Amino acid sequence: MNVVGMTLEEAGALLRTKQATSVELTLAVLDRINAVEPKTRAYVTVTEDLAMQQARKADERIAKGQAGPLTGVPMQLKDNISTKGVRTTCSSKMLSNFVPVYDATVARKLYDAGAVLVGKGNMDEFAMGSSTENSAVQKTHNPWALDRVPGGSSGGPAAAVAAGEGFYSLGSDTGGSIRQPAALCGIVGLKPTYGLVSRYGLVAFASSLDQIGPMTKTVKDNALVLNAIAGNDPSDSTSLKVTPPDYTKALTGDIKGLRIGVPKEYFVEGMQPGVEKCVRDAIKMLEKLGAKLGEASLPSTPYAMAVYYIIAPSEASANLARYDGVKYGYSAKNASTMWEAMERTKQEGFGPEVKRRIMIGTYALSAGYYDAYYLKAQKVRTLIRREFEEVFKKFDVLVTPTSPSVAFKMGEKTADPVQMYLNDVFTIPANIAGIPGVSVQAGLSDGLPVGVQFLASHLQEETLLKVAHAYEQAAGWHKLRAKV
Amino acid sequence: MKLTKEEVRHISKLARVGMTDDELELMSGQLSNILEHFDVLQKANTEGVDATGHSADVNTVMRRDEPRPSLSRDEVFANAPQHEGEFVRIKAVLE
Repeated sequence: MNVVGMTLEEAGALLRTKQATSVELTLAVLDRINAVEPKTRAYVTVTEDLAMQQARKADERIAKGQAGPLTGVPMQLKDNISTKGVRTTCSSKMLSNFVPVYDATVARKLYDAGAVLVGKGNMDEFAMGSSTENSAVQKTHNPWALDRVPGGSSGGPAAAVAAGEGFYSLGSDTGGSIRQPAALCGIVGLKPTYGLVSRYGLVAFASSLDQIGPMTKTVKDNALVLNAIAGNDPSDSTSLKVTPPDYTKALTGDIKGLRIGVPKEYFVEGMQPGVEKCVRDAIKMLEKLGAKLGEASLPSTPYAMAVYYIIAPSEASANLARYDGVKYGYSAKNASTMWEAMERTKQEGFGPEVKRRIMIGTYALSAGYYDAYYLKAQKVRTLIRREFEEVFKKFDVLVTPTSPSVAFKMGEKTADPVQMYLNDVFTIPANIAGIPGVSVQAGLSDGLPVGVQFLASHLQEETLLKVAHAYEQAAGWHKLRAKV
Repeated sequence: MKLTKEEVRHISKLARVGMTDDELELMSGQLSNILEHFDVLQKANTEGVDATGHSADVNTVMRRDEPRPSLSRDEVFANAPQHEGEFVRIKAVLE
């Protein structure tokens, strides 16, 4: 069975028409993982026994005619999504032996839909990074070119989906961590509206920005997964009280008359010409499909990076204070007092990027600097949000590049944090404003995938996916596969 | 904003993150560089602008005040680095 080219939609159909069983499909995926993991290193943990158990249950469900689109289909979860009884490490030394005693809401929802978990995806430690080189476990390689990064922080999920090691994965996106690796690995990655998908059980990085979303081969697959995970959750106080629609119904292919804006601030100096060409071609394609294109302006965009790199570390410094070596996680040995134990636990348990962000956050929140950094950033956040509100009065969707460059070589940007942070320059504003964004493949530059990003107003996922789907089907780039 | 090694040492104390001398040296250069990029914010006019903490409304979620099953003691202790009987064990607080 060739699982590499197969989409989630196709796999589900195969099961429901009894052309394959979930056990067969799961074994095929586990074989694929065994074959390519030495090259990609997309998995921190492979859950073979659990997967087979869930596959057998799914087959029973299918036999009774109770199968949904996800029933029996193998998937992966990023390793910061809690899974009861399955190690959840956040690719860190701090949580290397942590086994959650409960499931994240998204995991439970997928299990309820009959999904089969084949393992947990590698990531930048505590989701901090843009290349998955900050993982304390291993470096993930881009399936399109093994000497290059898969992007980050959901690099494991992106590489796994691109290499056919599972039909879909869930990532988390704080400043672009779903969309940027999706772009660099040539797949579809959606960051939903903040609050549409429950964060209960997601290991917190920056709580006001984090959002879980699907990473898939096609927009239709993405809508199928979103259908299963969206919706209100009383266990998450930031969860929106909405009843989500069936997102697949929006995928009509018809975008005639839709107003699509091209924000001029997103076409900046320093963007690779090959990336710009693909995105410009995508814009022409949208026009051909009957959309009304126009120039948009979001003048506060140049502030977004600074706002993000103040707010995210500030929240991270508070969220990561819990890793004190007492209740769970790594605990330093040979310390005589509690304070010394705490300092040494964090010194030995956290990697350099995590320490750097805790330090920035602690500084930005400290007395004397709070107003100048944190409060100022929160005010500029309001400006950025207002500008999106204004621009979405004129346009239904915005179209931008996802990342200024294609996948870069491993080690190329690790020495300079600021250079690394620039990878997220086009994805960050959506997190700051809480709006949804999706990245779709828009062609190749030097043989490497380029992503185009669509943004929409709060809770406009239907319009967003409608445009992404129409473009994807017309352009046909989603049919390309990495040759790993 | 240039941060000295001593200032970085002070921040690391506040954050309770232990650091070696080499780390403090490296961090002072990197943090200064990052803070320099934050200066751009001073150009933004935020007079009369309220701060946004969350992009969604955050409400306190209340459930019925009824007893219900919680995690067992064994489950809670399963991930604790050290425990003894019904207690989590920590290092001495007073020297």
